Amino acid sequence: MDIKVDAAVNINNRTYDVEKIRSDFPILKTKVHGKQLVYLDNAATTQKPLYVIDKTNNYYNKYNANIHRGVHALSQEATEEFESARIIVKNFINALGKNEIIFTRGTTESINLVASSYGRKNIKEGDEIIISTMEHHSNIVPWQMLCAEKKAKLKVIPINDQGEIIFEEYEKLISEKTKFVSVVYASNSLGTVNPVRKIINLAHSYNIPVMLDAAQAVNHIKIDVQELDCDFLAFSGHKLYGPTGIGILYGKVNYLDGMPPYQGGGDMISKVTFEETTYNELPHKFEAGTPDIAGAIGLGAAIEYVQNIGLENIAHYENQLLNYATNAVSDLQGLRIIGTAKEKISVLSFHLENVHPHDVGTFLDFEGIAIRTGHHCTQPLMKRFNIPATSRASFGLYNTKEEVDVLVRGLTKILEVFG
Amino acid sequence: MEQELRELYQEVILDHNKSPRNFRAIEHPTNFAEGYNPLCGDNINIFLIVNDEGIIEDISFQGSGCAISKASASLMTSILKGKTIEEAENVFEKFHELVTDKLGDNPNIDDLGKLAVFAGVREFPARVKCASLAWHTMINALHNKKEKAVTE
Repeated sequence: MDIKVDAAVNINNRTYDVEKIRSDFPILKTKVHGKQLVYLDNAATTQKPLYVIDKTNNYYNKYNANIHRGVHALSQEATEEFESARIIVKNFINALGKNEIIFTRGTTESINLVASSYGRKNIKEGDEIIISTMEHHSNIVPWQMLCAEKKAKLKVIPINDQGEIIFEEYEKLISEKTKFVSVVYASNSLGTVNPVRKIINLAHSYNIPVMLDAAQAVNHIKIDVQELDCDFLAFSGHKLYGPTGIGILYGKVNYLDGMPPYQGGGDMISKVTFEETTYNELPHKFEAGTPDIAGAIGLGAAIEYVQNIGLENIAHYENQLLNYATNAVSDLQGLRIIGTAKEKISVLSFHLENVHPHDVGTFLDFEGIAIRTGHHCTQPLMKRFNIPATSRASFGLYNTKEEVDVLVRGLTKILEVFG
Repeated sequence: MEQELRELYQEVILDHNKSPRNFRAIEHPTNFAEGYNPLCGDNINIFLIVNDEGIIEDISFQGSGCAISKASASLMTSILKGKTIEEAENVFEKFHELVTDKLGDNPNIDDLGKLAVFAGVREFPARVKCASLAWHTMINALHNKKEKAVTE
């Protein structure tokens, strides 16, 4: 099969010029062990374009000040930039209002916030919470902790051998006892894109709120929270070509309003006396303390960068790359792809017969290739496939067909050594 | 292959990875311990039969891991058979010093015999844990410690 990957494709009258995109990312010129870096670990974190780096630096260089407090010029400028970033995020996921956008440290903190605040208030003994087999530890452990505290039960939707949720099993699990559903939009280990709309619709027919972990979906799939009708959604800046340490919790205002604060401190209050404190309005109620101001501004810049290229164009290009890579590695003897769902983001997890992923990782590193090896923080999922770990190549908007070729050559070499 | 890689993945290591020695369970071990590396999910179980004189009569391992951890476990079991507990502990210390680069530039690796093939691990700090997992587990087994040996 001949699969084409056009380095300069024309979609929706916009040209996808991968060479031009690559020149936006200074790190891609790096040499590793004397070889040109081939960065295929985008599901762990993405590289940052100069546009994001500059915007972040600009804050520190020109208007570093605390927000929401000072009347001086720098503080006002910082506040303005920080709040514009919130509006960029709001528009990006089409939230109804900017009060539904809460800045957090990342997806993990966003999920913990909901489990801790919404969960503690609403989950009672005997209640059930549904997640899926392919969750990242960050969408397992907070719910486990909540269940242990409240004597509630965690129910897990099984998956098939392709790595897809078995919807009929979800239908069987859900009941009057179910009080919350939290599932991953796209799997970091398998690449599977889950049928989230169907999952949400079924839950809503029981009046159960649904949270989506969109950490891996947000840079591949155009998300419209109103259209999806999800109740909560979490993602991180650093998987979207933005900085680490910043993330988003989206929540429907009627849920957020009824939730107690997650942390107490500055900025989240409107009036404090030693007898009583009145909490600030949304979203500030959930943003105690000085946030990662530069991070939020950087995230806003990253969204602008991605939108300028167009998420549909990126998705189209990455799908071509994934197909090309899938096809290329399937010729290798003893290679088994883990995760063969019909709908996938550009993640290629695989297992080489008789070669441990860590050995694969070390060998590829010497070819300049960065991939992730290990359990990808999804140990229950590894158990489901009866493997301790996988090797995972994940593609971003700047990867090329030639880089896939370098990966395949590296894997061929490994098979020769270990064969 | 690059020099450092060739030193890490020596023929001996590749061979022990492919056909590990003493890769089996011992049905009634006198000493047993489980080892686990949470970073990569590797796990190695060590089984021992230590007699009344404190001599290791039999030693074996089972589990899954990378080439470095498997070869290390395989070579360890080959070397420790017939040794006393004290001798085993001494070899462990030497081995540990070798892979953590505490022996300096010119380690006297003659004492280590076959284990000298692990000298290449020094260049790969991320892989030291792979090489030492079986050893830590063996020490735990000798002391019959109940908790798992964890390399993190």
